[in-house]
Amino acid sequence: MSSNQKLQFRRFTHTQRLLHLFMIISFITLALTGMTLKFAYTSWAYFISHLLGGFEVAGAIHRVAAVIMIIVFTSHLVDLLRTKKKNAQTWKDLIMGPDAMLFNRKDWEDFRDSMLWFLGRGERPQYGRWTYWEKFDYFAVFWGIFVIGSTGAMLWFPEFFTRFLPGWVINVATIVHSDEALLATGFIFTVHFFNTHLRPEKFPMDIIIFTGRTSLEEYKLDRPAEYKELVEKGELEKHLVEPYPQIVITAVKMFGWAALTTGLFIVVWIIYAMIFAYK
Amino acid sequence: MNRLLLFIFLIIRFTTFAQDNSDCLTCHDDKTAKSTRRGKTISIFVDEKKLKGSVHIKNKCIDCHIDLKDADFPHPEAKRAQCGKCHEDAQKAYSDGLHGKAKSKGDPLAPACVDCHGNHDILKKTDPRSATFPLKVPYLCGRCHREGAPVQVQRNIPQDHILENYSESIHGEGLLKKGLTVSATCASCHTPHLVLPHTDPRSSIARKNIAATCIKCHMGIENVHRKIIKGELWEKEAHVLPACVDCHQPHKARKVFYDQGMADSDCLSCHGKKNIKNSKAGHSMFVDTTELKDSKHIKIACSQCHSQVNPSKVRPCETITSNVDCASCHAAVGEDYKISTHGKLFAKKDPDAPFCAGCHGTHHVLGKQDKRSPTFATNIPKLCAECHGAGKAAAKRIKNSGHDVIKEYEESIHGRGLMKSGLTVTAKCTDCHSAHRELPSSDPKSTTNPDNISATCGVCHSGIKEKFDKSVHSPFVTKTDKKLPVCNDCHAPHTTGRTDVDAFKLGITASCGKCHAESVESYLNTYHGKVSELGYTKTANCYDCHGAHDILSVTNPDSHLSRQNIIQTCQKCHETATKMFAGYLSHATHHDSKKYPILFFVFWGMTGLLVGTFLIAGAHTLLWLPRSFEWKKKIKEIEEKEKMEEYAEAHPPVKSETEKSNSPESAKSEKEQDNV
Repeated sequence: MSSNQKLQFRRFTHTQRLLHLFMIISFITLALTGMTLKFAYTSWAYFISHLLGGFEVAGAIHRVAAVIMIIVFTSHLVDLLRTKKKNAQTWKDLIMGPDAMLFNRKDWEDFRDSMLWFLGRGERPQYGRWTYWEKFDYFAVFWGIFVIGSTGAMLWFPEFFTRFLPGWVINVATIVHSDEALLATGFIFTVHFFNTHLRPEKFPMDIIIFTGRTSLEEYKLDRPAEYKELVEKGELEKHLVEPYPQIVITAVKMFGWAALTTGLFIVVWIIYAMIFAYK
Repeated sequence: MNRLLLFIFLIIRFTTFAQDNSDCLTCHDDKTAKSTRRGKTISIFVDEKKLKGSVHIKNKCIDCHIDLKDADFPHPEAKRAQCGKCHEDAQKAYSDGLHGKAKSKGDPLAPACVDCHGNHDILKKTDPRSATFPLKVPYLCGRCHREGAPVQVQRNIPQDHILENYSESIHGEGLLKKGLTVSATCASCHTPHLVLPHTDPRSSIARKNIAATCIKCHMGIENVHRKIIKGELWEKEAHVLPACVDCHQPHKARKVFYDQGMADSDCLSCHGKKNIKNSKAGHSMFVDTTELKDSKHIKIACSQCHSQVNPSKVRPCETITSNVDCASCHAAVGEDYKISTHGKLFAKKDPDAPFCAGCHGTHHVLGKQDKRSPTFATNIPKLCAECHGAGKAAAKRIKNSGHDVIKEYEESIHGRGLMKSGLTVTAKCTDCHSAHRELPSSDPKSTTNPDNISATCGVCHSGIKEKFDKSVHSPFVTKTDKKLPVCNDCHAPHTTGRTDVDAFKLGITASCGKCHAESVESYLNTYHGKVSELGYTKTANCYDCHGAHDILSVTNPDSHLSRQNIIQTCQKCHETATKMFAGYLSHATHHDSKKYPILFFVFWGMTGLLVGTFLIAGAHTLLWLPRSFEWKKKIKEIEEKEKMEEYAEAHPPVKSETEKSNSPESAKSEKEQDNV
């Protein structure tokens, strides 16, 4: 790589990108295999279930993907602690700091300003490192992992759980697992897809989560607050990295397309199953 | 002078003594004694010798000549002796009979008692000298019924040459030539006193009584005729079966009638010729004797089936007017056939209707045990297919039968057992539909009628029927107006398959759902149901929990789902299942707030969360969209502006190398070089 290439702004660490990659893989796998059961009455479900080698294979894949997702989730928590240690952060910094994931005053202001912007009564807010919708997505995963994961475990080991829980809890778990999964997939494959990839200025996709980097110009416009802060602190240089070679970009885009397409297919399938084939 | 003396003597006697035979004989032993009766001079001589030899030896004259009792001498013209005073039964029979009736009408040719039995010289019928001795009966009757006698000429007697024929018949030969006194005489068949024409239903020779008459002597006749007549039917239903006289003509009865009367060889003298043809229709009338010899009817003579032959004709078969009716021997089968759709169509002269020969063949009738027979087990489907195969006459006639039942059958478990494995005991068409009494299943008498089907299937599947009869689905257990399921509601009639294959296991859900729609719907909402809907059978299906033929009410302790048994039922798949595990609601629905409130509220809670999230996020996204387009434009403007600025910066007369390399164009070209 030539040293005189234009440097890019690095936004995500290797660990974060890797975790997100596994998150995508496990999430799509869980959605696809899970939907075969949820929408068992559709011909698509029949096709996919048989394509995968049967409901038992699909079930095994679903469980493996679930374990991967839990590993991803725990890895992220471990990563958080490691980063905290590395940066010598306090717990307060981690939770309440300006770059923390927890909602803060600026998020509420951004949300309010965004609404004004949407309604044509203001300029685009000066978004910082994490926007409020990103934080929403982030905590939605926490909620989802807890709700879908716990009910999934009950459905995986009903004999164990009914040793201390009444049998109807399994019925409840089925409803919760299924509907929460519908919410998660529906949300990720529409709202998240739009917010991150499909909105016109990013269309068709934003590969920053895979490469971790983006052009400084784009970043400056997208996250003016963070840019400004870094420039003011004189820390911008620390975040500049060389871009990836084209082949990596191509590979990333191919994967991105695959994930996007699968996700959108699942959305179409859900809509079809819920509206046209519901029984 | 003599008369005077006699007169005096008799007065003395009659007034002083009881009336005695000797009193009568005082006058009647005079061989020359004569009197007049109805204007005719007749002898009134009574031979005392004969009187003493007669059966009435112990009777007094006045026992028979009642009217002369205490009569003053000389008594008035005597009336006829009153035999009926003692022989009441005989008298009544006579009076009811043809002879008595004619007599009472004053027919001069009608016989009275004395005409057959004599008067003072009556002998026992066992006495060879008696006119009623068996050997003499034909002559006695022949007095009037011989050819040319006044009765035979002047009265309406349908038979001719009675005596001659009789004397040549086996009965006549036995009696007259061999002196066999037990051989049938006229009176044996016609009865001695109640002689009636055969058209009178009371007559011993009436069609329906003839069998009873013949078996008075031919007691074991049904053994000889066992293939024709089954003892009881012969007597009870003489009217539908050939009566004795149809074959054994009255007065001409011969031993082994067919051999001497109408032998197969007689028939074959014409029908053995290969070129013999029906004069009207032109079809061959040739009878292949090799076929006959091979057939089940090898011991049956032609005329036993072609029963309308008349051996007295030169061409005995000219009297044949109808086809062979097998029912005259196969009576029970015939009755079944008459009831069946086949038989009803035949009765309507429908050209499509199958008749006996259609399935069994004609002269080459082989038993159903014979592999060559069209009615041999493995040939049955082919036989029925001749009419019921796709597009054939019966298939077209039967409504709602668009499918090829025979093809379907051949693919079914029964069909494959029969056709592919040659298992002859497996169910074939006739086992379910019966061989001779096929009826549409809508007919209550049909073996395939819903009310009868379990009995039909139970013939083979006896153990299953036993279980089924105790189940909730049995009409013996559940009394309801609704239709209860029977075998063929779950096991399709012609496509019956193995029950351990996926297609059947998966199909059963729909079968149960025909009645238990709600249960199936809720089942399909569970993991069990969803997996089965995907086409897999490893999760529990209806019968895995409820049982198949032995489904009982859950309140029944023997039910698979009773409190006592449910854990074991769950443990069939979930080995470590507990009582609490069994509390899983396998048919729960979240749409019923009363029955399953928790599920209902959880579902609507989740749905609310889902809808709420999407409403907010959706609105956010939709509002964002137009701004995003604007923003995109703006970015472009900014980028272009920057480019312009950079371009302007890049083209002053003197530029340092580092600045140049920062321009986007040069970066691009370098990048391209890198790629190369």
